[in-house]
Amino acid sequence: MVLMASSRHEVGTRSYPPAIYVIVPLLALGLQSLLSLYVPRFDMIDLPLLVTIYYAMYRQEPISATLVGSVIGIAQDALTHHPLGVFGIAKGVVGYMTASLGVRVDTENHGTRLLVIFTFSLVQTAILFLLQRTMLGQPFAWHWVHELIRAAANALLGVILFALLDHTARSDY
Amino acid sequence: MESFFSRYRNALVLIGVLLAQVIGLAVQVRRPGQSPEDKGGVLLIRAWVTGLVAPPERVLRATGSGLHNLWMNYVDLIHVRSEDKDLHQQLDRLKLEEASLAEDARQGERLQALLGFQEKYVYKTVAAQVIGNSGTEQSRVLLIDKGSSSGIHPDMPVITPDGIVGKTRDVFAHSSQVLEISDPTSGAGVILQNTRIRGVLRGNSWGQPEIVNVSPDDRIKAGEPVLTSGGDAIFPRGLAAGVVDRVVPDPDGTLVNVLIRPAANLSRLDEVLVITSTGSRIPSSMQEDLNEAQQKASEILAERLPSRMDPDAIPSDQDNADSTVGPDGDVALPMRPPQALHPDRYTPSDTPPAADLKPGQPIEQIEPPAATADSGAPAAVHSPADAAGLPSGHRKPEGGSAQGEPTGHTATQTGGVSAAPDQGTQKAAGNSGNLEGQQRRARPAGESGATGNPTIPQKPAAGAVGPERPAPAQPSAPAQSTPPQGAA
Repeated sequence: MVLMASSRHEVGTRSYPPAIYVIVPLLALGLQSLLSLYVPRFDMIDLPLLVTIYYAMYRQEPISATLVGSVIGIAQDALTHHPLGVFGIAKGVVGYMTASLGVRVDTENHGTRLLVIFTFSLVQTAILFLLQRTMLGQPFAWHWVHELIRAAANALLGVILFALLDHTARSDY
Repeated sequence: MESFFSRYRNALVLIGVLLAQVIGLAVQVRRPGQSPEDKGGVLLIRAWVTGLVAPPERVLRATGSGLHNLWMNYVDLIHVRSEDKDLHQQLDRLKLEEASLAEDARQGERLQALLGFQEKYVYKTVAAQVIGNSGTEQSRVLLIDKGSSSGIHPDMPVITPDGIVGKTRDVFAHSSQVLEISDPTSGAGVILQNTRIRGVLRGNSWGQPEIVNVSPDDRIKAGEPVLTSGGDAIFPRGLAAGVVDRVVPDPDGTLVNVLIRPAANLSRLDEVLVITSTGSRIPSSMQEDLNEAQQKASEILAERLPSRMDPDAIPSDQDNADSTVGPDGDVALPMRPPQALHPDRYTPSDTPPAADLKPGQPIEQIEPPAATADSGAPAAVHSPADAAGLPSGHRKPEGGSAQGEPTGHTATQTGGVSAAPDQGTQKAAGNSGNLEGQQRRARPAGESGATGNPTIPQKPAAGAVGPERPAPAQPSAPAQSTPPQGAA
């Protein structure tokens, strides 16, 4: 069964150059901000969310994933006009849940990645909806078709990006 | 107790992090009326993140622009000459249009001054490049490469030549955030150009600007232009905001929302202008443009009138009597169409005064008005051209009667002044400096005998732009000059 296949030992023996942990989130934020100018509908994609999920999957440490997700989310908030913390809370929760789930599923499988990203993309939108609509009283449109398309687009792109990021990992064997 | 923390450590950390952020959110939420600007640590965090993200974006943007310019400036130069020619023709046409609108602009300014209304003119703008945006659908924010070091402050209007874009929000040293008009939290005072319905423009949840809470009105049609009203104290009045797309009912009530197609292409913004200074008077640069446009317009018109210059006429000291620029530099005079070559009773402004008309009486039987009683001069108006106050050198010869006729008669008739021809000229010139120049130029032509060339009537000079109506006989009227009609 795909979801129950364990490759945790292999994952635990991988590591990344320290600079990756800084460069990749910044690159995701910068590209997200820049490409949205030139590529139509690129704002459906959430590169910082993909980075958060990828980090949480491979570190599989809920605490660090929560902190990293929150920091990336707050940085994303800083580029918007929202109060700081909207994306921070959403990505913190997503990081925590992904890391907790990553302990139990095979994170190397592309199908698993597809499902995880698709699910947590919807989870993030739901959290944003609750925060902005309920807490902040700001308008937020929820349309199921649009959200499903957005989640699918993020999942497809995430699978490709995760495969590319896998090549940057160095083996500790 | 220790086992509790160790067992639920992950969940506790998550709760702690979320709680801290929720408290942070609560602190940042503003009540209505509070300044939207961020302060303290929030602004610092935004500045840090922007400082980290903006420089690479600026480099990438500069690289892309460099490659684009390289292609555009050195490779893609086909059809440049033809485009240049087209642009020059377009420029000439626009100069003419601008000149014709100059008087309206000044008149509007005078009326606004009378009404105490303060029009805001754009004095100074700062050009900035868009180097990024928020990257999310929930926040329509742009990042530009100019900040407080360039004189930008929060709540300054941001525009393109096509229309408004938004307003500055958080301003850092070398970059700024711009809140677009398509964001749900933005707001701009607008007015529909034709129906004069006012409203507040803001974005809906799909990122399309809409005028919210408008009373239903059948007159609102798609395609109607929407302009800024100036009521928000941010955008100057009269800037293009967009055109009406469609009207949709407001889900919360009986009002409607008017969806707008923005004039500026908000999804494709490369460069924007930040208005850093406005004023209540026409800026000097615009004034110079208007003056130049009117001078240029006169030159263009002169080129388009092939027989404008009488080849036998002695050159006048006034180079361009057609110009709407008066000798005193007054350029606030409109361009008028040339007068009719063969005036008849249907010619505008050639109809006798209504007081002289009688029911059933043909217009031809109405006696032309006589000259003023104290002048002793014969009635000089024998033709519509005379009635129009045209200089003699530019009238159509009528059996030679107009040849060599002192132009002062015309001025005398117009002004009702009993004086010698030259005195009459001077009297009329006292009303308009351009009329003096016009007659001064016309006199040599008249003295030369009006050689019989098919005379193209001149567009009246400034100050005497409209054809004069023959003044009714007023024997007891005091000797005074009637201002030219067009000078009113």
